[in-house]
Amino acid sequence: MARTYLVRGMLAGLFAGLCALGFAKLGAEPQIKRAERFELQLDLQLRRAAPRPLVSRQVQDTVGLGTGIAVAGVAVGGLYGLAFAGAYRRMGNSRAEVTAIVLAAAGFLGLFLVPFLKYPSNPPSVGNPDTIGHRTALYFLLVAVGLVSVSLAVMVKGRSVARLGTWNASLLAVATFVALVVLSYVVTPGVDEVPAGFPATLLWKFRMASIGTQAVLWGTLGVAFGALTERHESSRRRRPDGSSPPRAHDEVVEKVMVAPGATSSRALRSSSDG
Amino acid sequence: MAASVAVGGARAAREVDVPALPRPVSAGELLPWALFFGVLLLLLLYFVGAEQGAASLVGGHWVHEFVHDARHVLAFPCH
Repeated sequence: MARTYLVRGMLAGLFAGLCALGFAKLGAEPQIKRAERFELQLDLQLRRAAPRPLVSRQVQDTVGLGTGIAVAGVAVGGLYGLAFAGAYRRMGNSRAEVTAIVLAAAGFLGLFLVPFLKYPSNPPSVGNPDTIGHRTALYFLLVAVGLVSVSLAVMVKGRSVARLGTWNASLLAVATFVALVVLSYVVTPGVDEVPAGFPATLLWKFRMASIGTQAVLWGTLGVAFGALTERHESSRRRRPDGSSPPRAHDEVVEKVMVAPGATSSRALRSSSDG
Repeated sequence: MAASVAVGGARAAREVDVPALPRPVSAGELLPWALFFGVLLLLLLYFVGAEQGAASLVGGHWVHEFVHDARHVLAFPCH
């Protein structure tokens, strides 16, 4: 099953990457173009020669953007599939679709949102090239903090749910997560490298587009992976006559319809038929 | 693999078949896949996210510039 989940994750990740690419093209590319124009003006003002790009802007904002996001989608999807293989049927008794969407939400939160809130994405012309090593190290440090914080929160809930009940165990898990993340924000240094005169609205819109792109990526990944897994499982538990049994959440509807004394029209009709 | 559960509440308990969920993937099965493909996929992510930025495995700036826009949008530090 590990191989199935890995391949399924990479496929769902490719699909999610293409959806995220659509969002990035519409939401982020216009901001990147504005930022590139700002950089050009800055170069003119400072009378410095703009570096000649190795890859033309036309390639960067089409094939380059597409390849980058699609490859990231496949990689994230594969890792997600492996994580799903480890988590499914171990964390609680949730069915595949629920586990898939919860895991995707955890990934979005821990691997993207935690580092992003301290070190948000920047459009071109924001950021000092001399500090790239420092900033990259800090960014991946917070990715690790996000991963550890989410994992610890899940463990705390799992260990305390029998003693404290679901509600209090969840509160304790959230408190653990928030405490760890806030602590890491306090001890890591701030980065402030926005050039003077850079439009604040442009910065805001670009960062919103980053959040949107990642939300589309993780959201699509979770829903697509969950749907594929659910379909695979229900096809494996087909009845001998070839008909598929009702899915887990359809059972509730069926229960209401057949309960004696129920006043739904369906129940009344079936009782009058019988 | 079907589990029987009672539904319908106290007034009319009735048993229906609910399909059982699959068994968890064992650690012994998962570990080799997770190690080998985990490293491979992280390397793939590294090429999109960080190659020729802070660190460089293949020389030049070609990879950096090709995935430049994706790197910015996905919030990796770029330059």
